[in-house]
Amino acid sequence: MSQRQRNRRDRNPKTYTRLTHPLVRDSRDAPFRPATWDEALDRTARGLAAARGAFGLFSCARATNEMNYVAQKFARVVMGTHNVDSCNRTCHAPSVAGLSAAFGSGGGTSSYEEVEHTDLIVMWGSNARFAHPIFFQHVLKGIRAGARMYAVDPRRTSTAEWAESWLGLNVGTDIPLAHAIGREIIHAGLANEAFIERATTGYAEYRALVEPWTLSLAEKVTGVPAAAIRDLAHAYARAERAQLCWTLGITEHHNGTDNVRALINLSLLTGHVGRYGSGLQPLRGQNNVQGGGDMGAIPNRLPGFQDVLDPEVRLKFESAWDTVIQPHHGLTLTEMFEAMEEGSLRAVYCIGENPAQSEADSEQAIRRLRTLDFLVVQDIFLTKTAELADVVLPATAGWAETDGTTTNSERRVQRVRRAVTPPGTAREDIDILCDLATRLGHEWKYADAEAVWNELRSLSPDHNGMTYARLEEHQGIQWPCPSTVALEPTYLHGRLWEPDPALRGLPAPFGIVAHDPPVDLTDEEYPIRLTTGRRLDSYNTGVQTGGYASPLRRGESVELCPEDAERYGVVVGEEVRVTSRRGSLLAPVWVDTALRPGLAFMSFHFPDEVDTNQLTIEANCPIAGTAEFKASAIRIEKVSTGGPALR
Amino acid sequence: MTAIPLGVPRRLVEFTLDGQEARVPEGSTILDACRAAGKDVPTLCQGDTLTPKNACRVCVVEVEGARTLAPACSRRAEQGMVVRTDTERARHSRKVVLELLASSVDLSTTPSVAQWIKEYEAKPDRFGPDAARVDEEPRVDNDLYVRDYGKCILCYKCVDACGDQWQNSFAISVSGRGFDARIAVEHDGPLTDSACVYCGNCIEVCPTGALSFKSEFDMRAAGTWDEERQTATTTVCAYCGVGCNLTLHVQDNEIVKVTSPHDNPVTHGNLCIKGRFGYQHVQNRD
Repeated sequence: MSQRQRNRRDRNPKTYTRLTHPLVRDSRDAPFRPATWDEALDRTARGLAAARGAFGLFSCARATNEMNYVAQKFARVVMGTHNVDSCNRTCHAPSVAGLSAAFGSGGGTSSYEEVEHTDLIVMWGSNARFAHPIFFQHVLKGIRAGARMYAVDPRRTSTAEWAESWLGLNVGTDIPLAHAIGREIIHAGLANEAFIERATTGYAEYRALVEPWTLSLAEKVTGVPAAAIRDLAHAYARAERAQLCWTLGITEHHNGTDNVRALINLSLLTGHVGRYGSGLQPLRGQNNVQGGGDMGAIPNRLPGFQDVLDPEVRLKFESAWDTVIQPHHGLTLTEMFEAMEEGSLRAVYCIGENPAQSEADSEQAIRRLRTLDFLVVQDIFLTKTAELADVVLPATAGWAETDGTTTNSERRVQRVRRAVTPPGTAREDIDILCDLATRLGHEWKYADAEAVWNELRSLSPDHNGMTYARLEEHQGIQWPCPSTVALEPTYLHGRLWEPDPALRGLPAPFGIVAHDPPVDLTDEEYPIRLTTGRRLDSYNTGVQTGGYASPLRRGESVELCPEDAERYGVVVGEEVRVTSRRGSLLAPVWVDTALRPGLAFMSFHFPDEVDTNQLTIEANCPIAGTAEFKASAIRIEKVSTGGPALR
Repeated sequence: MTAIPLGVPRRLVEFTLDGQEARVPEGSTILDACRAAGKDVPTLCQGDTLTPKNACRVCVVEVEGARTLAPACSRRAEQGMVVRTDTERARHSRKVVLELLASSVDLSTTPSVAQWIKEYEAKPDRFGPDAARVDEEPRVDNDLYVRDYGKCILCYKCVDACGDQWQNSFAISVSGRGFDARIAVEHDGPLTDSACVYCGNCIEVCPTGALSFKSEFDMRAAGTWDEERQTATTTVCAYCGVGCNLTLHVQDNEIVKVTSPHDNPVTHGNLCIKGRFGYQHVQNRD
């Protein structure tokens, strides 16, 4: 038996069985019992009606656009609230917030194809080789065609192995690094003065902001050699076309939106935005994070990413939906959890999300969900969150049992189609939502998903031209698509290059953002920085990926670099106690040379065995509400010699 | 706003194909021209997402003035060329190639071959049962893939898909030379000991079923695999936000395998392990 095989742990994570009929319970202490749809929906309607004004809806970034459209309409029309959000809050909300603040639109600016035809690719805080493998194939095409790639990541990942240069920065020092790159570009005379003058604002302030960030100071703070920073700065600024891509390594910080702004600044400084092959790509983690937000399943935007605060927009939706729309923002997912604590949010309708396991500081999340008067969960499995519910409604799987569309990271809206019949009495999300709306006094009827889509098209200029027939014909269409006959360029914000100021529109402001180190500081008691991420064959809380026989799966472990493993006297497979300021758990050790001394790595894929989120900190980005999953302080203890085995 | 570079416009090349005037864009292969003209030229190693390898030699055609037959899949059409696809010489060559291939490996799961054998009157039996190139049990060393060397025609498509053309994992290569040549992972060990990341892109391009899904392999072994009863529906992957298109092959309401449309702008026929194999959760029904 080889070393590799011996080290592989044969673990079979918990597999979930599909829900086939509604479940209710008669009190919080009683077990679930099967119920008819009528009983379950009646109870749900009563539970929701009792909580008007104290209601929140968790929509689903894994469900179709059509379902997200109907869900947010349910929150706004039936329940009269903008308290609707989804798990985009835990991952890419900072990208949306940062891009919207700079450009007025929260989508990634480029298409995948452009990565194949660019000259330089910066992968910042992204292990795309594992987390977005097919996007990375486009990157590899670009590299094969001569593009140079730079990887910026605390870990020397398999993505970094393809890079011209790996900038292994300390966790949470992205802003100093970006500022130093910006300063170097300015001092080397490589800033695109013409573009800055024409299309941006706040340059003088930005220049003053980055001025202290010399290469040597940045080297001290970030841990990246000054020469490597200089090299990236020059390569990025001198490239004819360049793509700047990032994922959760940038966004999952207490200042995630600031991180995103710091990266966008570099594109404004060099003019690497709004042109074919030059742009910004936040790679989304869930199949429909982009679409969920586009459909208005966020507390500050109506469908088509239209601002809730814009009176004309509200008027349009009010007349279309025959309702009154509140002129204020609702609560984000993060704020909804805080409102549970305060008692001002008393009922939640949770569709297809598993916050009990996916929120940072998961014990706190569960405690807060327990304080609710009423929780209804609509899902395909009895998840940890569903176990806390009063009513559980069995739904269909969005991608394989439902018709509709989803929107990917390049803003491409694509058809999803029903291929298998759902089990038991499971019903489609939209069908359930409409049935509930009817019980709450709003007779909603849609013939099919296409009817929902056509209603959305009539209200969202960006989606207006995307008929189902055209989506089929073009294998998906990227938004914006206002016309039913023409297609727009594959990239956004070409307007910034227009000579005519009227066509150019609003300039893009530089983000004036300061370095703010991780909240959870390392010290003598918690000397190791724990960062988190994804493994190739697994996904999120493992509910979906636990069900197939992956030969790559080896369960969860705490990964250390060889030096640290030696220092602690631990070997691969040995169980150790991992403790943060919030929780403590046992996990086996894995040794990975991608890590450096003082840096550990874990994923959330196996919460039933190793509940990593007990360790993470709920320090939220004040703008986007995303938690600092990427930066916790921990200590490692040998179980045999030190520390009690149980807390 | 900068213009989108379209590249140099491609001129049309005019040549003669089976006595007819043919016009194809510069750079097209003879096979492209044949398909555009609605002619069926058999091929096994040609892949629509891969650079032609011209390994199998089933697609040979006659080019006037050339000493040898030319592989249609890789020979580019040239101005004034005179090509004949259905001459006695080309037909005879295809017949022999089919005989050699079908006698040395098991082509029972290769689409269209039975029909070509009939059309070209090939008689693979004339080489006798000893002609089998490799004769070994299919390798089943994990729950996702099966490798059956008895069906491998050494077309190198899997090597290209795993290598620099798509996946860049380089788990698969050719070991040995001449008669000993075979496709292998590192040290010809089990797949689970190799650099394989189980994307299944090699299965996607394999023309003969030498690489197959364990689900399909098991059903074939049990006699329950029935393509007539299967539907193929294209949808979008449930995992990350890249938006890969999946074609779900469903038999009796069970997903039995997952492929990906080759002309899709997101995937070009490729997937990762989660998209290709991570579907089981929807059918954990009891």
